[in-house]
Amino acid sequence: MNRSAPSRSRSQPVLTRRSVLLGALGGAGAVAIGGCSSPVAAGLTNTPLDPGTVDYWNLFGGGDGVRMQQMLAGYRKAHPETRLQAVTLAWGNPYYTKLSLSTLGDKPPSVAVSHLTRMKTFADAGLLQELNLDDLARHGMTPDKFNKRAWQAGLVGGKVYAIPLDTHPIVLFYNTKVCKQAGLLDSAGNLKPIAGQQGFLDALERAKKVTGQYGATLGINGDSGSPWRFFQTMYAQAGGSVLANNGTKIVLDDAKAKRVLDYFRTLAVERKLMPSSIDYQGAIALFANGQSGFHLNGEWEISTFQTAKMPFSMTLVPNVFGGPYAVQADSHTLVLPKHPAQDRRLLDNSLGFVKSMLDQSLTWAQGGHIPAWQPFATSEAYRKLTPQSNYAAAANSAVYDPPGWYSGSGSTFGIIMSSSIGAVLAGQLTPAAAIAQMRSKLSVLAETPSPV
Amino acid sequence: MTATTTVGRPRADRGPVRPRRGTDSSQALHAAGFLSPFVILYVLFIIGPALYMVLMSFFHTSLVKPGLGSFAGLTNYAEAFGSADFWSSLWHTIWFTVLTTPPLILLSLLFALLADRVVRGRWFFRLAFFAPYILPSAVMALIWVWLYTPALGLLTSAVTSLGLTAPDWLGNPNWAMISLALATLWWTLGFNFVLYSAGLQDIPRELYEAASIDGAGPWQQIRRITIPMLARTTTLVAVLQVIASLKVFDQMYIMTSGGPNYSTRPVLEYIYDVGFTDFRTGYAAAASTLFFLVVLAVSAVWLVLTRNQEKEGVA
Repeated sequence: MNRSAPSRSRSQPVLTRRSVLLGALGGAGAVAIGGCSSPVAAGLTNTPLDPGTVDYWNLFGGGDGVRMQQMLAGYRKAHPETRLQAVTLAWGNPYYTKLSLSTLGDKPPSVAVSHLTRMKTFADAGLLQELNLDDLARHGMTPDKFNKRAWQAGLVGGKVYAIPLDTHPIVLFYNTKVCKQAGLLDSAGNLKPIAGQQGFLDALERAKKVTGQYGATLGINGDSGSPWRFFQTMYAQAGGSVLANNGTKIVLDDAKAKRVLDYFRTLAVERKLMPSSIDYQGAIALFANGQSGFHLNGEWEISTFQTAKMPFSMTLVPNVFGGPYAVQADSHTLVLPKHPAQDRRLLDNSLGFVKSMLDQSLTWAQGGHIPAWQPFATSEAYRKLTPQSNYAAAANSAVYDPPGWYSGSGSTFGIIMSSSIGAVLAGQLTPAAAIAQMRSKLSVLAETPSPV
Repeated sequence: MTATTTVGRPRADRGPVRPRRGTDSSQALHAAGFLSPFVILYVLFIIGPALYMVLMSFFHTSLVKPGLGSFAGLTNYAEAFGSADFWSSLWHTIWFTVLTTPPLILLSLLFALLADRVVRGRWFFRLAFFAPYILPSAVMALIWVWLYTPALGLLTSAVTSLGLTAPDWLGNPNWAMISLALATLWWTLGFNFVLYSAGLQDIPRELYEAASIDGAGPWQQIRRITIPMLARTTTLVAVLQVIASLKVFDQMYIMTSGGPNYSTRPVLEYIYDVGFTDFRTGYAAAASTLFFLVVLAVSAVWLVLTRNQEKEGVA
């Protein structure tokens, strides 16, 4: 090896250390000369981005990611004078960690997506700009043009920090072929109304007879969201809530929670109408393969089943526990993190971008989300969009996760609840033991002073 | 390892080593110059943050507030000591280490011995054992999640076709850790395998020749020559393996998110949860410091034990 190296270097041009170093220096110089407009240079030289730039962060992958790209293209077309720099980051905690650290480090994006339930902690921590109603009105955004529930739920101490883009509830997916054979459809091909514990159980029973495997599927293993979403829907219908006083008090109603968990146990463990050990992807796969008549999940999975070209439709999760109708949901909102160089021009650019996203609610609604923007939500175009508009009523009965520093989508609260509920669905814990576990784990957090 | 090579192979005589150019002090200066890039990065990214972590552990530091926050004294440590979640996650990490370390040492030795005996296509076996190691943890996790999928997965079908009932690999709290250990075994065996393969190359062939002339069979040769000559490699492999196993995070975070019902949450995920999900970086720093002490203690005990053993072996 060593012997052959010198002769090779003589005969042909080889990268020398010097040329590499020179090249690197030249490259760095070129970046520096490129000036502030380049985000790389801005990052390296610690200068702010060109104030004409809208820097936008989001956490959308899958079908949502594709639609968001379309909406961004729509914005670029309508506003060629504004430079848009969009960054998509991994969903959940990694995203929120980056968002909080970038804001603390005075390098926040000008606009960012946040779940409504996570936004509150950010507002409490002083990381978000309060939005002035006059500024919003200047861009045509007044409170009456938004879904009332989503708007109200997003207020923090009566102040506006976030513009809701949608409501995304848990919904009931059903395989139309299976349900037709099971006699669960009406003459128009829609699911006949299902109500009550016995009603839902019968429907799953009949679907199971057709599929020979399962009535319904729900992600359980390693899923920190689905068990909680299903439980919260049923438990809120029974009239229960979990936390009060901004998360400092646990108001879990043991009797109501036990009724719901007993019912879950009946469905999954005793009657085996649902697979009791399946992860998120597995639950989707079983439904997409026709091995289950129903699937309980967020409406965002619509693209998955459309791509699978299977016969399916969607509707509201039934009212099983009889109280006023309730369904677990969250909203995607657009927020403006506190910016060190905030001025009128940046604010107007940012709000103009927010408005452009709302104006493209049709694209967004195709991905399953219920639009919060009323001019579109009440339009004929949305009504004609099926099956997406079948469950539009969920926006008005949405139950958001209780506020608290440890609560919100993808939070510790969701993980604690889903772990306990999942263990009941898997037959590993009795309902009473699961409630005891929820209570002991939540009380540690309720007693811890908020780090925010 | 290099010391063992001198036993059989006479080193090429290069004459007495004499200092080239300059004195000792200028050499030290040169050495410092060459070391400085590493030292600067090491101080900046390892020592500095570690000291900051210890400092932070005495404060109520929050991820979403600038600065260290109010002084906490030892309350963070007291909370960690009193937290059932901290102890159970620490136990999960230790249980994982116990499950993975012995097979990862014994099997990599076994496979290295077997691969060493193959005459033709040895490169293939070396590649086959090492290839999984270069996979990113996310890819490895995806592969094994598919294999373990209940009802649809390959492993489940394989076990079912044998007429047995497949366990619920990742869904059963009693099985989940074993399933994770199995996946990790496949994934990281290659690293130890390479260390052992290199160690085997260092054993002079003359020893085997002499042994076989003396009538030693293959099993005797392995027991009396190979394994003693590999003692140093084994120490290295064992220490590295224990530390690597204690640092487990990726597989569990991706494959089970610490579930079902927290049964596979390692201590690093607990620290991640309280630090990044709950924004309580001060408390997370205290938990990290405690874990750091555990790793330090385990490594120290292990090193002392193996050193003593080696000395006895030599004597």
